[in-house]
Amino acid sequence: MNRRIIFDRFLIQRFGISLLTLVAFLTVIPIIAVFAYIISKGAPALSWQFLSAMPSDGMRAGGILPAIVGTFYLTLGTAIISVPLGIAAAIYLAEYASENWLTRLIRIAIINLAGIPSVVYGLFGLGLFVLFLKFGTSILAASLTLSIMTLPVIISASEEALRTVPQAFRTVSISLGGTRWQTIRKIILPQALPGIITGVILGLERAAGETAPILFTGAAFFLPHLPNSPLDATMALPYHLFVISTQVPGMPIQIQYGTALVLIIFVLGMNVTATIIRSRARARRQW
Amino acid sequence: MDKIVIEHLTLTYPSGTESLKDINLKIPANAITVLFGPAGGGKSSLLRCLNRLNDLVQIQTLTGSIFLDGENILDPKMDVIALRRRVGIVFARPVVLPTSIRGNLTYGLELANEKRKSRLDEAVERGLKLSALWDEVKNRLDDPAIALSGGQQQRLCLARVLANQPEVILLDEPTSGLDPISTGKVEAALQELKKDYTIILVPHSVQQAARTSDYAAFFLQGELVEYAQGKDLFTHPKIKRTEDYIEGRFG
Repeated sequence: MNRRIIFDRFLIQRFGISLLTLVAFLTVIPIIAVFAYIISKGAPALSWQFLSAMPSDGMRAGGILPAIVGTFYLTLGTAIISVPLGIAAAIYLAEYASENWLTRLIRIAIINLAGIPSVVYGLFGLGLFVLFLKFGTSILAASLTLSIMTLPVIISASEEALRTVPQAFRTVSISLGGTRWQTIRKIILPQALPGIITGVILGLERAAGETAPILFTGAAFFLPHLPNSPLDATMALPYHLFVISTQVPGMPIQIQYGTALVLIIFVLGMNVTATIIRSRARARRQW
Repeated sequence: MDKIVIEHLTLTYPSGTESLKDINLKIPANAITVLFGPAGGGKSSLLRCLNRLNDLVQIQTLTGSIFLDGENILDPKMDVIALRRRVGIVFARPVVLPTSIRGNLTYGLELANEKRKSRLDEAVERGLKLSALWDEVKNRLDDPAIALSGGQQQRLCLARVLANQPEVILLDEPTSGLDPISTGKVEAALQELKKDYTIILVPHSVQQAARTSDYAAFFLQGELVEYAQGKDLFTHPKIKRTEDYIEGRFG
């Protein structure tokens, strides 16, 4: 009798675990499907010429070099602006600020900033950077817009990473004659760095893939040359993909999927880098 | 000679949990002074006043004076960084910094911008020898400190303080998490160290207090009840409350 109940429970448990495994596996299917589809359609378009040549014949032939370079510039510009600001803000929030109405307000602002639809950032960037500050439709204006969008991600992830460093390290460092800044620089930041880098890459990856924020602020439909200065407009992969998918009649399909594939490789490459950094740091962690 | 003189020290926290009430205490140099008594008596709070680590927590009021070699360390103009080099502290739970054994030892000196390798190496060896850890780790100074056993980690924490060449060493229940053999090693190291340093120890038991103390101060609910040479206080306590505690009738 007793043995029977135990056996039943065992079966129920086995069934439950199988079900969970199945559900977990289901979530992987769309990702694999998307990849398989895009690779199968886009891979034939990939060639050295596709990556290194300017578009020709109304973008129906040639390569996508200006879009690749543009996305690289935009991501770089966003990084230059948002990484130092974001990490500095996180250090302030995690290490210096005391809990009061002001820091609560800042945190609420950060959380809400993360929830704003990206097209709204685009409009805001158009109003502030392009028109009011007269940066024009440019890499600078687009990078600034993308930075505002990226900052909440970087700040939240960095603050979280700083807070996971044990409090005891701070006490010990101070007790040995360290200043607060020495403690942050020598102990806290190095320990939090993998988490911060992960947050930074995830934030930048989002910036690299976005279309709406750059739509009005920096993206060009077509440019016959590469941008020469931060005040030039630029082509960019996500916007280029939008353009060649909807705006150009008679577009060869493998160019569309080839562009999508390049964009995905760009973004996924960043994601994989973040994962590697995180797992390596976890293996090395000494507490 | 009195290394530290505490006068009318009163401390309260916002929560009102633990406090110190008008403490007057003279702590002699080159001796082990133990602060003992039941939990919540204010021993740890007093220790943390002595190197201003209390600055890190919220305090309601702090009045009175603590003189270190005649200088009031509670003076707002006091250089707390310099103070903390002179007055080192070892905590109950050993906290090794996330670096090598050597890195832990040199950390304090690097904070003071000491870059000369000879000085750093010398500090590593001195600290580890004084805390009786040298023979166990001298061949693996660059291993992660976290790989050491609990007892070794606690002696590393002591060595780290010693590498700073302090004048006073504060120990807050340093052996509470250690086995008897490790405890013995730490206590033996302290007996050696008192020749050159002023040691203030919060012991984790009355037995340890009696074993190690040259001077002993009994704290109860924030008050200093009795203070005397250890050999007198543990054999002939003058005050009933001290006697009750020592003989295990409460606390």
